[in-house]
This record gives sequence, structure tokens and C-alpha cells, in this order.
Amino acid sequence: MTDKLVVRGLQAWFGRNHVLHNINFAIADRNVTAIIGPSGCGKSTLIRCLNRMHEVTTGARCEGEVLFDGINIYDPEIDPVDVRRRIGMVFQKPTPFPTMSIEENVTAGLALNGVTLSRAQKEAIVEKSLRDAALWDEVKDHLRRPGTSLSGGQQQRLCVARALAVEPEVLLLDEPCSALDPISTARIEELLLELRERYTIAIVTHNMQQAARTSDFTAFMYAGDLIEYGETRQIFTNPTKRETEDYITGRFG
Amino acid sequence: MATNQPQHTNLRYEVELRGLRSGLIEMGGLVEGQIAEAIQSLIDRDSARARATITRDHEVNRMDVENDERAIRLLALHQPAAGDLRFITTALKITTDLERIGDNAVNVCERVLELNEEPQLKPYIDLPRMAAIAQTMVRDSVDAFMRNDPELAQRVIDRDDEVDSLNYQIYRELLSYMAEDPGTIPRATRILFVSKYLERVADHATNIAEMVVYMVNGRSIKHLGHVS
Repeated sequence: MTDKLVVRGLQAWFGRNHVLHNINFAIADRNVTAIIGPSGCGKSTLIRCLNRMHEVTTGARCEGEVLFDGINIYDPEIDPVDVRRRIGMVFQKPTPFPTMSIEENVTAGLALNGVTLSRAQKEAIVEKSLRDAALWDEVKDHLRRPGTSLSGGQQQRLCVARALAVEPEVLLLDEPCSALDPISTARIEELLLELRERYTIAIVTHNMQQAARTSDFTAFMYAGDLIEYGETRQIFTNPTKRETEDYITGRFG
Repeated sequence: MATNQPQHTNLRYEVELRGLRSGLIEMGGLVEGQIAEAIQSLIDRDSARARATITRDHEVNRMDVENDERAIRLLALHQPAAGDLRFITTALKITTDLERIGDNAVNVCERVLELNEEPQLKPYIDLPRMAAIAQTMVRDSVDAFMRNDPELAQRVIDRDDEVDSLNYQIYRELLSYMAEDPGTIPRATRILFVSKYLERVADHATNIAEMVVYMVNGRSIKHLGHVS
């Protein structure tokens, strides 16, 4: 098993607020890594540092290295737009572009990256991405309807399709199911298990059962520190750190 | 569920975990008493005590069912993890071992009732020694569970061989009685059964002790003697 992303000495700030302290860990290629921890522990900031989304926020900055196939994505010669194309992201709330149809939403990333495609190429990408996101069968007969006409769970899978359309290597998901019902959540989780065959996935979740069900590795964060990282089955049956034990067994505060 | 840990934020969960723990401790105490009573009824040839012990087994069975229900409810409603998960799954197994120990106490009493129909075959020497060790093993295994004490559990496990060799010694002695006088066979075989029941009690105590080690350390030590 190789490491797709290696995080070395990563620190992050919002203004003067030091939110990540010296994070070191690796995300394994074609596996699902879950990041858990209480609100405000820095888990969203951590994954936003993995594709240079953190620095987009005003006043936010970070230090340290994130090696993507051995290359530091914070190297001055690296184009952050290219990083974000190769390391895609899906957010907590489904965010279909409101003025676009379903198919336009899927190809939006390609259009923004300046890729021009023939009608046939576009159709092929739309179908493949929607199939990969397990949404095709539900929407194939009304691709021209607005993306916002879909249910919450469908909208989130549309966002996954949009992220997949640009053929990323890594998919980062920040609380992708927190606004979804259990059935839609189950669809997304099933999707993750399929996607992990081809993509490297990191998922931030508040739902510990979701982390336990879907991930191969789990990182537990607390107050800006990475407390423990290990195989999910070990973290959930026999964690080595007291803080992890207390958190996953529900002893808070 | 280490006792020195902070409480669960979900108080109902905390209360139910404590309920399971105290249910097992109560059952452990009762079963320990059942074994002691069974042995006493054997040594004193006390049929009334044996009958009372048999009757009390219903109580053991009731507790077993209750503990199962508590553990299953916890699993279904609270999705336990880590130390809590190991505690609950251990509890599910321990309650079964305790119930079996209770059954063995009943079996001893049944043989006592039969043995008391005839004069005593021989004075018991090894049997009370074996009984005392088995009884201590049961008590210590329950204590080890109560106190999250893997060292005490290990001492229980270490004593199992002593019981096994006493069992073998009793078997050889009874064999010589039976060879010499076939008239002793009905009594000797019953004593042999009693010896076997006590040997099983020690095995169940060993199982409990092994589960305690797993519960505390998170690593199974079962069947290590059989792994090459």
C-alpha cells in the first residue's frame, strides 16, 4: 500500500488563531480515510489544506508540506487550480449551481478549467460521472432540469458527479451526509465503497458510525492536534490513546 | 468500562452500563455461593442442602437472561465502541460461563442425592482440595472482572492445570476401587462425574479470566496453549 498524500509538519491559522499544530500523517492510496473529532478541532481545516482550499479564506494561511505523489502542493511553482482539479472536494451542504441544469452542473468543472468538448464527449462524461456517482438511473431522462430540482441526497450525489467529471485522483468530502436522511446517507456510503477502488478518499464526519462503516483508516483530532491515527477496526475496538477512547465511547468534556 | 474513567455524557448509557456490570457481579456472587453449597452438601452428605441448591438455579438462569437482555439493549441502542464494546461483549460471554458454572453446581447436587442413597464409598481427600481450588478460581475470576485486573485473571488461568491433574488423580484412584470391587462402580462413577463437573467449573472460570484479559488489554489470549 502506498501513500497518496503525506502531510508533514502542517500548521494552519485563521488570522492569529492557530488552528492546526504540527500535523503529520499519510493518506493511503485507494483507501478511505476518515477524520473524526469534535466541532472546532480542525478536521475541516485539515482537509481544506490538502487541496489548497484553506488559503482561499481571507486571513487564513498554513505552513508545512503536503506531498501529493511525492510532490509538495505548496511548492511555489505549483498551480493551486491544478491541485484542486486533481484533488476534488464535496462539501457539507449540497451545492449544485442554481442556474444550471443537471448536465451543466456535471460539466461545470470542466468548463471552468477551460476545457472545450464536443457534444458527444460532453454526453459521455455526463453519463460516466453520473453513473460513478450512482445517480444516472434516477436522472437520465431529465438531464436538462435544474440541478436544484433534485432531492438533497440526489443533489449531493450530483456534487460528487461534478467532482468526478474532472477525473481527480483524490476526493475530499467534508461532512457529505450531515444534511441527508439515512437512506441518502446509505447511498453515499455505498458509493464511497465503490469509489475507493479507483480513488483515494478522505472524509470528515461527525458521525462515528459512518467513519467506522466506511473507512479503512481513521484519524482522531482534538483541539488542533492529531491525537491518533490507525486502522479503523483498531481505533474502534482498541484505541491506544485515552483521548480517543473517551471520544468514541461518548465521554465528552 | 474502566472504573477510573470519566462518566459518559449520555447518562442513560452510563446507567445501563452500570446496570450490566452490577447484574454480572450479583450473578457471580450467587454462582460462587451455589458452588460452595454444592460442595458442602457433598462433604456433609446433606440432601436438603443439595435440593435447596438445585432449586436456587432458577435464580441463576433468570439473571443470565437479564444480563443478555441488558447487553443486547446496549448494543442496539448505543453503538458502543472501544473499551465499552469490549466490556459488553465480554459480559455477554461471562454470563454464559457463569450460567454453566451454576448448572455444574446443580449436577454435583444431583449426584450427591444419588450418592446419599448408599453408604460413603471412601473418605474424600482430593475432591475437597479440587473443589476449594475451583471455587477460588470462580471467585477470583469474578473479582478480576469487577476490578479490571488482568494480573488476578492470569493467576486464575495458571491454576487450571492443578485442577486438571487432581481430576486425573481422582480418576486413577477410583479406577482401582472399581477394578478391585465391581460393586463400587455405581458410586465410583458418580464421584467421577462430580470430579469432572468441578474440572468444568475451573474451565469456565478460566474462560472468564481470559475474557477479562481481553476486556482490559484488547488482545485475546484464548487457545494460546494450542497455537504452535
